[in-house]
Amino acid sequence: MSAPTTPAPLNPDGSRRTFMKQAGGFLGLALAPPFLSQAERLTALSKKVEGVSTISLKVNGTVRAIRAEPRVTLLDALREYLDLTGSKKGCDHGQCGACTVLVDGKRVNSCLTLAIMTQGKEVTTIEGLAKEGGELHPMQAAFLKHDGFQCGYCTPGQIMSAVACVQEGHAGSEAEVREWMSGNLCRCSAYPNITAAILEAKGQMG
Amino acid sequence: MDMTSNTSNQKENAPTNVVGKPLDRVDGPAKVTGAARYSAEINVPGTVYGVLKSSTIAKGRITGIDTSRAAKEPGIINIFTHENLPKPAKTPKQIEKWRAAQSYLPMQDNQIQYAGQPVALVVAATLEAATQAAALIKVTYQAETPIDSYHDPKAELFDPQKIQQGKKDAHVVRGNPQQAYDGAAVKHEATYVHAINHHSPMEPAATLAVWEGADKLTVYEASQNVTMHQGALADLLGMPREQIRVVTKYIGGGFGCKGSFWPHTILTVLAAKAVNRPVKLALTRPQMFTGVGHREDQEQTLKMGATADGKLVSIVHTKKATTSPWDNYTESNGKVMDMLYACENYSTVYELARANVMTSVWMRAPGEAPGSFALESSMDDLANQLNIDPMEIRLRNYADYDHSNGKPWSSKSLKQCYTRGAELFGWSKRNPKPGQTRRGRMLVGHGMASATYPVHSSQGTARVRLFADGHAVVEAGATDLGTGTYTVMTQVSADALGLPPEKIRFELGDTRLPTAPGSGGSVAAGTVASSIMAAAQDVWDKVVKMAVADKKSPLYKAKPTDVKVELGRMFLSKDPKKGETLLAALGRSGQPDIEGSGTGKYGAGYEEKNFGQNGADPNNDNKEKKTGGHSMHSFGAHFCEVEVDPDLGTIRVTRWVGVHGAGTVLNLKTATSQMTGGAIYGIGAALMEDTFRDPNFAHYTNADLAGYHIPVNADIPNIQVEFVPESDPYINYLGVKGIGELGMVGVAAAVGNAVFNATGRRLRSLPMTPDKMLEAMRMPA
Repeated sequence: MSAPTTPAPLNPDGSRRTFMKQAGGFLGLALAPPFLSQAERLTALSKKVEGVSTISLKVNGTVRAIRAEPRVTLLDALREYLDLTGSKKGCDHGQCGACTVLVDGKRVNSCLTLAIMTQGKEVTTIEGLAKEGGELHPMQAAFLKHDGFQCGYCTPGQIMSAVACVQEGHAGSEAEVREWMSGNLCRCSAYPNITAAILEAKGQMG
Repeated sequence: MDMTSNTSNQKENAPTNVVGKPLDRVDGPAKVTGAARYSAEINVPGTVYGVLKSSTIAKGRITGIDTSRAAKEPGIINIFTHENLPKPAKTPKQIEKWRAAQSYLPMQDNQIQYAGQPVALVVAATLEAATQAAALIKVTYQAETPIDSYHDPKAELFDPQKIQQGKKDAHVVRGNPQQAYDGAAVKHEATYVHAINHHSPMEPAATLAVWEGADKLTVYEASQNVTMHQGALADLLGMPREQIRVVTKYIGGGFGCKGSFWPHTILTVLAAKAVNRPVKLALTRPQMFTGVGHREDQEQTLKMGATADGKLVSIVHTKKATTSPWDNYTESNGKVMDMLYACENYSTVYELARANVMTSVWMRAPGEAPGSFALESSMDDLANQLNIDPMEIRLRNYADYDHSNGKPWSSKSLKQCYTRGAELFGWSKRNPKPGQTRRGRMLVGHGMASATYPVHSSQGTARVRLFADGHAVVEAGATDLGTGTYTVMTQVSADALGLPPEKIRFELGDTRLPTAPGSGGSVAAGTVASSIMAAAQDVWDKVVKMAVADKKSPLYKAKPTDVKVELGRMFLSKDPKKGETLLAALGRSGQPDIEGSGTGKYGAGYEEKNFGQNGADPNNDNKEKKTGGHSMHSFGAHFCEVEVDPDLGTIRVTRWVGVHGAGTVLNLKTATSQMTGGAIYGIGAALMEDTFRDPNFAHYTNADLAGYHIPVNADIPNIQVEFVPESDPYINYLGVKGIGELGMVGVAAAVGNAVFNATGRRLRSLPMTPDKMLEAMRMPA
């Protein structure tokens, strides 16, 4: 069931401290870096959040709030709470890459990321890649042209990963693309076409 | 609105003729933007989450289920076990013609028959709560020692008499194979082992069950065959089919596993009824290894007798495989051995052993894939033994007709495939002596193998609605696995109606649409295309009738039988200039649209309908009149280069050429992708795919995508695929042969043959992992 979602302003304090307050004291304490004061550590313990809280996520430029538990992954937050089903669940274990999204421009497996940890960060999903008005991102257009998919289920993850692959500077050659795209499985095995699409889109991404 | 004046000014559409063109996928924009919604992504208000809990033992019984801790999770709606889940009206065993591979339905009693079997189903308001609660359920078992496979000393091989729900004989004999083998000048015998493989589509199986009323059900299912799912649910629930709607608009791959009916679907449907809420349940990736079947572990022994110049005189084949406690499913590997070459004597015998595993099921090229591995590896050995080029030995045994049934081929382009493939690959430069070619440290080898897949007889229905404003809606309850159904059927419809493809909306994946076959056995393209053509012809007939009765039509008073229709234009066969478009005539009629429907046939049924019972060849003394006069198969040839690391035993495929003859190609782009994917699927089986069942506990030890290796991008070189032109009038209206399976057949053998050429070692156990390669390298060549 999709929880009711309401657009809300981004929490200006999208910081580690906020995360720890919401993620729960014990976990927060365990992760607390040494430069935190004793008082802050105690705060983390005392402000243990159990159950549902409000989580603000900035997805594709829009801040949206969900009411969810701290254990909700970014992938499930996108799919089940925000109805952004473009990011796919293939394994839920970080083994297939179908859930790949960009967090602050870096590719991550959203199934291995807690939603609450991405507060204050910019999340980009496949739904946010095309320009307003629907013009495809060069990577999307190249996947379409080169038939870089069949069933399409791994495709959003492939495309997000491909965009990051180019931005990282890991698309210098065919061999490099193959290596740096090997975290995204495609059972239909569109690999040669995916590689061709990335090499073409690279030149158009500027 | 004055339709008449509008349309009289309307210019006739230029013929589009888009069949065969490499159009981008029409569903592509939805897939690259994330807009395509797969079954678990349909947003139905009020939906709650179902999660299955799986058995941790493979055999025994449940002695207790403690749900007390699980029930305390916030948002739990209900926890179902065999004790409280409502029973279906019938179990598969009570259904006369159960249409799925597995006839066992879990959660009906306390018995456990395989590891991973569902033991509980939690329904909760959130996925997190349902998942956590499933983990908190405490199940206690009285475990018994399971049987893990046919290898198990406790396993007993038996003669199943029939395999595949009684559809096929477990003994096939032609000629006098043993005697011919005994007397053969050259003999070859070898045993081939095939690991357990799992389909592993990227989209896990999923069911969203929505009861619209007490006797009305909608199921959004990850289904390769909505009609099959609807029928199975109707049987289990004791409901009329029409009260059950199954919808699959997008499906994230299937490769066979979503073309059969599995327990999670009915369990979810029953739970949804009990909680009176829509319930969505997706299998976890580990559950995908124990929830939707697999390719069974199997072993084949192949004896080949030949003349001194390499002509086959006998093929004697036996297969041993693991099956479930209830069903006799096993792939029929023998089919390909029976027909690929000219050989007068042939036999195959299947033996099965029951183990505590779920029923295996068809997986891409079922039978043909493992069967061709044995056959094409042995052929390579024979060629080497007799010092004949591997392609040459295949030509010496080229079958000019189908020896398995004596019928002529409806079409066969295998020779062209060999020739073109050899040319593209540079086969003539191959060093025939094994172990002689190096690239740096690497041993380089070249191998080839043949591919073939039958045209399975099938039929389906489609509906075409042509609107006077120049667009059309075409409907058939087929599915698009990623195989391109949406796209190729749009192309077929465009040509049938003379409209540009962007004016066609093709709808599929819904039991409310006309019944069409599912995606399986490579029948979808040929059958649905034929159905659309039949429906379009119905529209043509109706519009021609309008035209010949319309004074304003150039065809006024013509005899309908004298009128031909091509690319949406009606004209007199004797005077093609005299005519007009379907749209022009429809527009003048004042009717906003016109609808036609038709049933199209694929394979033998098509031939029988159009060419009579004996096909077009009066000299064919075919005894099986019912199945038409021709044997119908697609063919192809694979050429492979590998590099083998002699120190590490790693095998990498470095080059691939596949050339295929598969009738009319509906879309060169999507077809090439599918054949490329087939080759890679085969490379996976050849080099890495192996689900390991623990011999003591009979559960899988690597049931996820980190443990079960499928090819990744870096494993795969560029794959070159071509089709040779082939026209076949007997198989269906457009001469389409399916290509879903063909691309995978023979692939593992081509890899193994290349490995042999590289190293002088023959690996007969799939997958050809580095440990096996190294072990072979330690032995003398």
